[in-house]
Amino acid sequence: MSDKVLLDYGSGGRASQRLISDLFLEHLGNDELNRLNDAAELAMTGRLAMSTDSFVVDPIFFPGGNIGSLAVHGTVNDVAMMGAIPRHITCAYILEEGLPMDDLEQIVKAMGEAARHAGVTIVSGDTKVVPKGAVDKIFINTTGIGDIIVDPAPSGDAAKPGDAVLISGTIGDHGLTILGTREGLDFEAKVESDSASLNHLLVKLVQELPEVHVLRDPTRGGLATTLNEITTSSNVCCELVENSMPIRPEVKGGCSILGLDPLYLANEGKFLCILPQEHADKALEIMRNDPLGKDACQIGTMTDANPGKVVLETPLGGKRLLNMLEGEQLPRIC
Amino acid sequence: MSFELLEKFRDPELCRKILDKMRSELDGELRFMEVCGTHTVAIFQSGLRSLLPEEVVHLSGPGCPVCVTHESEVNAFLDLAEKDNVILATFGDLMRVPGHNSRNLKKAQADGARIKVVYSPFDTLKLAKENPDDIVVFIGVGFETTAPTIAGTMKMARQQGITNLRVLCFHKTVPTALEALLTDSMTSIDGFILPGHVSAIIGIEPYKFIAEKYGKSAVVAGFEPLDILQSLNQMIEWRNKGEAHVANNYTRIVSDTGNAKAREVMYEVFEPVDALWRGIGEIPGSGLEIRPEWDQFDAKKEFGITIEEGPALPGCKCGDILKGIKQPDQCPLFKKACTPANPVGPCMVSTEGSCAAYYKYKLD
Repeated sequence: MSDKVLLDYGSGGRASQRLISDLFLEHLGNDELNRLNDAAELAMTGRLAMSTDSFVVDPIFFPGGNIGSLAVHGTVNDVAMMGAIPRHITCAYILEEGLPMDDLEQIVKAMGEAARHAGVTIVSGDTKVVPKGAVDKIFINTTGIGDIIVDPAPSGDAAKPGDAVLISGTIGDHGLTILGTREGLDFEAKVESDSASLNHLLVKLVQELPEVHVLRDPTRGGLATTLNEITTSSNVCCELVENSMPIRPEVKGGCSILGLDPLYLANEGKFLCILPQEHADKALEIMRNDPLGKDACQIGTMTDANPGKVVLETPLGGKRLLNMLEGEQLPRIC
Repeated sequence: MSFELLEKFRDPELCRKILDKMRSELDGELRFMEVCGTHTVAIFQSGLRSLLPEEVVHLSGPGCPVCVTHESEVNAFLDLAEKDNVILATFGDLMRVPGHNSRNLKKAQADGARIKVVYSPFDTLKLAKENPDDIVVFIGVGFETTAPTIAGTMKMARQQGITNLRVLCFHKTVPTALEALLTDSMTSIDGFILPGHVSAIIGIEPYKFIAEKYGKSAVVAGFEPLDILQSLNQMIEWRNKGEAHVANNYTRIVSDTGNAKAREVMYEVFEPVDALWRGIGEIPGSGLEIRPEWDQFDAKKEFGITIEEGPALPGCKCGDILKGIKQPDQCPLFKKACTPANPVGPCMVSTEGSCAAYYKYKLD
């Protein structure tokens, strides 16, 4: 194969076949994908969760992962937030002509590893190559499907006054890493993306605590935006305590230098768990027993004070609105 | 300054003590104005605004450079964006500032205009070198804080023989605007929290007239809650004693004499000129213009741009808000026709604008 991706590889002809067998099947292959049919044949019944996401992150390689691992983690997490066990994903690549083949191989390899770790099989895929400049290096779409194992499934409109608001760990790591890498900023202390599949922890959580009302991963727009979505859908007020937010000192420092608010930065390996206060301790115990939830803590409570709003109590004891992110603060973060 | 040391300026216990002291010493209303967008945001973001005694009235003055950029200046750079051989370089905040007919740079970009958001004016040097057949125009908006860097960029461009860089100079200076506010019969301001970064360049001398001529106090303050509270408390104490002073409370960054070197570079390239401020109108000597010796970089000369007072945006109360006559939520458009997603006036566009801060942080 050429050391660069050529337009030929998206032609559907022999060049495409070689790319599929030598690269994609090599790293992503499984019984279903290897059949190379037009569609995957799946045996699934009952209540299913399905989600799709496109990944256009710039840069495509960053400390803590790359666009390939992120494309698996993102979709696996979205499916798992429905109280579901993710089973299968599909992936579609749009490649820019001239993309180094080594880069593509690293990305596909990372996808294979991430899928195996999450326990999902990649059952269908597609590759297109477009002329230089038509996309930025590589865009990936993944779609995931899984079995919902709780009834009712957690939902953004299910938060109730009196619920505890828990976060599974530190916030802002991914967003700051991407921005820092993109701008070529060399932070004194190391920051790294938290990109990870959360499904194993989430399955344990909902199996032991089916009382969970809401599960959500605060990706684009960060914690603030996700909580605003939830308070709007559920018509409740979220009262947060700023001092209780788990934020790494290096993320705090980086944000302070760049004038960013970590509450609006994307996370790719964290989830919000909203459930009745009486179950909060148990939920935190389950989360903290998993490396991905070791920094889990309660950050606030749902009330009926200001329905649809997120209110932040600052360290000074003042209260202010924590509004949704307007427009693009950091373009193309995931 | 280390992060840990900075945390001390956020100490909740100390802040509470000063707040208690303020309450006990307050004798009537204190209407204070900050003239720096970073202070606006700091006052809201820290929750300070919700903790201030009711008698302490917080006004946001003309301290956000985007907010005070005049409509006709906005229209001028929007017109430039439409020119074929021009690449506009700008700070990101200007991208959504609306001109007449709800034009803005984002829409211009979608229509094919070449616009590059830069983090530093020095980035324009590279941009100019990479595009030798085009004219790269940097939109020079800002106060004494940014003007020296842009002057430095122009000096460097001359040294490097770059001939296709221009600056559209809309710089403004802070002290002259404060004097215009103090002479305006509509305004009612008891004291100023002076901008930290601007003062780092100009020092405190240019503000002395505030106390000497107008009998009001003004304090250069840092951006942490303790910085702001201490400065407010000081102004209350002075007023109780019937005194007025101009002081520097931000000595960890600002020297009383400012940064002479930066001023030298700034005035080597720019000279004072009358300038139009949004909502305020023309203030004599309040702008900076490119000196004739540097006119090879002057975008206004190159493209024959003149800035004149034109019709204001209908309904928008940004002018009264910038002068502290109205609060953002007293504008009929606030949160209705005017939101951060669809801003009518500039105070809603800039993240440091007072309307945007009200929208983002203020609990009803």
